[in-house]
Amino acid sequence: MKIATTIGLTIALLAAGAAGAHSVVYDKSRITCVSRQMNVPVEAVFRRFSAQIAFDPAKPETARAQIEIDVASFDLDNAEANDEARDKPWFDVRTYPKATFVATAIRALGGGKFEARGPLTIKGKTLDVVTPFTYRDEPVGGTVDGAFTVKRLQYNIGEGAWKDTDTVADEVQIRYHIVLAGKPAAKK
Amino acid sequence: MNTARGVTYAAPAIVLHWLVFALICGGFALGLTMTDLPFSPLKLKYYSWHKWTGVSIFLLAVARAAWRLGHPAPPLPATMPVWQRRAAAVSHALLYALILVIPLSGWLYSSAAGVTTVYFGVLPLPDLLGRDKALAETLKSVHITLNYTLLVLVVVHAAAALKHHFGDHDDVLVRMLPFVKLREK
Repeated sequence: MKIATTIGLTIALLAAGAAGAHSVVYDKSRITCVSRQMNVPVEAVFRRFSAQIAFDPAKPETARAQIEIDVASFDLDNAEANDEARDKPWFDVRTYPKATFVATAIRALGGGKFEARGPLTIKGKTLDVVTPFTYRDEPVGGTVDGAFTVKRLQYNIGEGAWKDTDTVADEVQIRYHIVLAGKPAAKK
Repeated sequence: MNTARGVTYAAPAIVLHWLVFALICGGFALGLTMTDLPFSPLKLKYYSWHKWTGVSIFLLAVARAAWRLGHPAPPLPATMPVWQRRAAAVSHALLYALILVIPLSGWLYSSAAGVTTVYFGVLPLPDLLGRDKALAETLKSVHITLNYTLLVLVVVHAAAALKHHFGDHDDVLVRMLPFVKLREK
């Protein structure tokens, strides 16, 4: 399973490299998630991630994207909550330091809207997700904005007493804002 | 209830007084307990319940203040010295002020800490302040200090009421008690 994922990622990476990946402007890009604690929306940021993205809005079907998140960089802006989130019942970052998403299929929905589909791996568990996103051309490069919802319990995130979804809702929204610098370099 | 001489408090005043007292006890106990709990579902629950209690106290405090403005308190015993009357007036005013200001300070603290208050998990209250850690720490101290001030005042208030009842043998305590008929002189 793990090996298969690794091979998959490597292929995706190579594919992205081959198509000529954008460089990502990390200090302007953000991956956040919004959970609901006692029905209070709580936003957290994944402060470190790397992304290989090759995206041409004119040819979305050739696009490739692979995102790897350093799960230990999860930040709820609360030291106590961060410690808990990194611990075993939640992300268990020692065992599962990385979360990954690989877009294996991207299609245009029209009107600057697109849809990416692919496996999302968190805490060693892989499930297919679909995420709508928008792409906006900038003078240099472009901006990708999207969001989708996952069910945390499907990834065993929040085990034991934390399985109680009355306290922390099962549904968690993942939002991303990725700034791409420059057009993908033409294949040489 | 309201006799010709207006000796006793009217029912709404009595109900609101004891309801606010019960909620203050609950909110105070939750506040003391929740901060020491390890990070857990229970802790999140207690924080929410504490905030819902605070919002409820604020709403009831507004109702009490409105009621009181239209319905003056029954007169104090004629035998009470002037300094005691003044002390009672000042401490009552402070108690009213605190039951309004303490929930507000908690709401401000929660806002500055970046946590929206959602009343009963249903009604999100607007965040009064933007996220600001330094300000949140200050507001936390303010919230705690005001609460201990309230604790001291409540103890003085209750001690004074007991002194009226057992020391002065007047009706000052009894007229605020529910289910008790004022004795005839």
